[in-house]
Amino acid sequence: MSNEHASAGMMSGILGVARRDLLLAWKRPGDILNPLFFFAMVAALFPLAVGPSPEQLQFSGPAVMWVAALLAMLLSLNSLFLSDFEDGSLDQMLVSPVPLSALGLGKTLAHWLTSGLPLVLVAPVVAITFQMPIFVTGYLMLTLLLGTISLSLLGSVGAALTVGLHRGTALLSLLILPLAMPILIFGARTVSLVAAGDGAAGGLYFLAAYAVLTLSFAPFATAAALRISNE
Amino acid sequence: MWKFFHQMASPPHFYRIAAKMIPWFMAPALMLIAYGVYAGLFLAPMDYQQGDAFRIIYVHVPSAYLSMMTYMVMAISAGIGLIWRIKLAHAVAAAAAPLGAWFTFLALATGSIWGKPMWGTWWEWGDPRLTSELIMLFLYIGYMALRGAIDDTTKADRASAVLALVGAVNVPIIHFSVEWWSSLHQGPTLIKEGGPAMDPGMLYPLLAMIFGFTLLFGGLLLRRLRAEVLFRERRTKWVKELVLSGGK
Amino acid sequence: MTAKFSADGLTLFRGERLLFKGLSFALDPGGMLLLEGQNGSGKTSLMRAIAGLIEFEDGDVLWDGKPVRSNRQAFYGSLVWMQHRVGFKADLTLVENLRFESHLRAQSDEDFDEVLERLEIARLKRLPLRSLSAGQQRRVALARMLLSRVPLWLMDEPFTNLDRQGRKLVMDVTTEHLDRGGMCIMAAHQDVEIGGNVTKIVLQ
Repeated sequence: MSNEHASAGMMSGILGVARRDLLLAWKRPGDILNPLFFFAMVAALFPLAVGPSPEQLQFSGPAVMWVAALLAMLLSLNSLFLSDFEDGSLDQMLVSPVPLSALGLGKTLAHWLTSGLPLVLVAPVVAITFQMPIFVTGYLMLTLLLGTISLSLLGSVGAALTVGLHRGTALLSLLILPLAMPILIFGARTVSLVAAGDGAAGGLYFLAAYAVLTLSFAPFATAAALRISNE
Repeated sequence: MWKFFHQMASPPHFYRIAAKMIPWFMAPALMLIAYGVYAGLFLAPMDYQQGDAFRIIYVHVPSAYLSMMTYMVMAISAGIGLIWRIKLAHAVAAAAAPLGAWFTFLALATGSIWGKPMWGTWWEWGDPRLTSELIMLFLYIGYMALRGAIDDTTKADRASAVLALVGAVNVPIIHFSVEWWSSLHQGPTLIKEGGPAMDPGMLYPLLAMIFGFTLLFGGLLLRRLRAEVLFRERRTKWVKELVLSGGK
Repeated sequence: MTAKFSADGLTLFRGERLLFKGLSFALDPGGMLLLEGQNGSGKTSLMRAIAGLIEFEDGDVLWDGKPVRSNRQAFYGSLVWMQHRVGFKADLTLVENLRFESHLRAQSDEDFDEVLERLEIARLKRLPLRSLSAGQQRRVALARMLLSRVPLWLMDEPFTNLDRQGRKLVMDVTTEHLDRGGMCIMAAHQDVEIGGNVTKIVLQ
């Protein structure tokens, strides 16, 4: 009975926090749009720097778009816990009987819905400029879908560790980028393999497995980090 | 048993014991390294493919091995510090990180120097080990940057411990993904697994260097730890007494 | 008979500075603890430490006779906290903010609108919190306490930014809470007129 109650509280905590953050994002659409513009701009930097040759663009497209997506995710992660830390909402969450890992997971869920998912959805538009064939674009979206889930989860740990620190932004990138390399490697290479006519199953399995793995440990690491950062 | 740990973890006790332990690490370390360097450079036979260039493995392999091991030491002691709240364990992690970063850097530098005669370039992305080492260096840098950004020692300890543990989960995955990534284009590698067995004349100096480096790491870690403990305990009576008595 | 809420031999450092040592107290239903002291005497730190956000160097806080450290969930299920920063989202309306509270802790049966009426913030219902004055935001924080069904209130400087009427309101609702068998730990540097079983602790 008491257990049932606790788990109901957990679900309600996850969804309640996620709902609140989505509502906040709805009231400040700039927070969603800025990383998307950033994504498009970074992706546009490469053709400008490399030159307009279609073969080259087609070849480097998956890599460029994955790097741009990774950077856009990092940009949006910085503010994940910042406003809650500043206005005291985080304190209120810390003294709630709902496990902090659940509340953090709710925030991560909202983060993914407002920055990961939109990236997946605008990726095809950017892919067109890289002359990416349709079926390759499909795989790009699939790898981004799986990869951004892991990035949100992994990034929430970094955001929790750096919240309240002065040079948080640069630090967050230093902490998260090395950890995110497997995601980039499998994400970008899988799309390149598909473009070259190879199979994608191995890469997709890895990305899915990695998402499950991060889901199993990141919420707890995030909760621990939030308690430490908020001391 | 518990009492023993507790006593070992008491800073003044540890500070004294560590001083006595350091020579027991350093002396055999220097002997093993001296033998390894001499035997490796002059006695070991030349490699029939790589010529004398291969001799850099006597620095490269132990450094690469220690860069991994130090991360393990760091993560395990960080975990112990986080779970059982043992301050000395956090100090171990703090003292180990720069050593690990240096070993990683050494492995990268020697790998790169080795690569020049082998591949004709200083850097070859196709070698998974070097690429892994590079990411390893980034992990150490991130860890030390986080530590440096937090003023309060206790908070820095606990925050960096979380990072070290998350990193430790990721290290094998990073290796695996880099292997997979480089296997896609059959890049040249410096060391192949399952290659022909090493000539004993080559192997023994290498083993001596690996053990020597490990002991050297132990000795350096203890030295750094003593300094770390002294700094962390700077407000306590025993440190003040130690300073007033001239370090005796 | 052990007290419902008690502390034994609390010692707290902030950085290198010792705030207090060997602090003990006990609180039973209907009781209130009033923390007094100058700015920087450690009232807020004590409050945060009781809430489990910072760690005591030494000593234990007990809830129902069990150490809070190992029974966090049960303890957090029994308290609501009014801290310096109100802990609401400025972009959300008053109602949206208070509705969110139901995801964090158990809610009382008190009628939502009646509580807002009583605190004189009912007409601000649809406004985003950022357009409310600091004093009005305090009242919303007070609404959070009235709407939650928990025995222990932690109030850190609840009178800040409030006019005389607002201060009286805080004292009234706190007295009622104590009369119902609730408990309160309050840090304040103003005079507090609350009837009942009040223990004072002065931090140096």
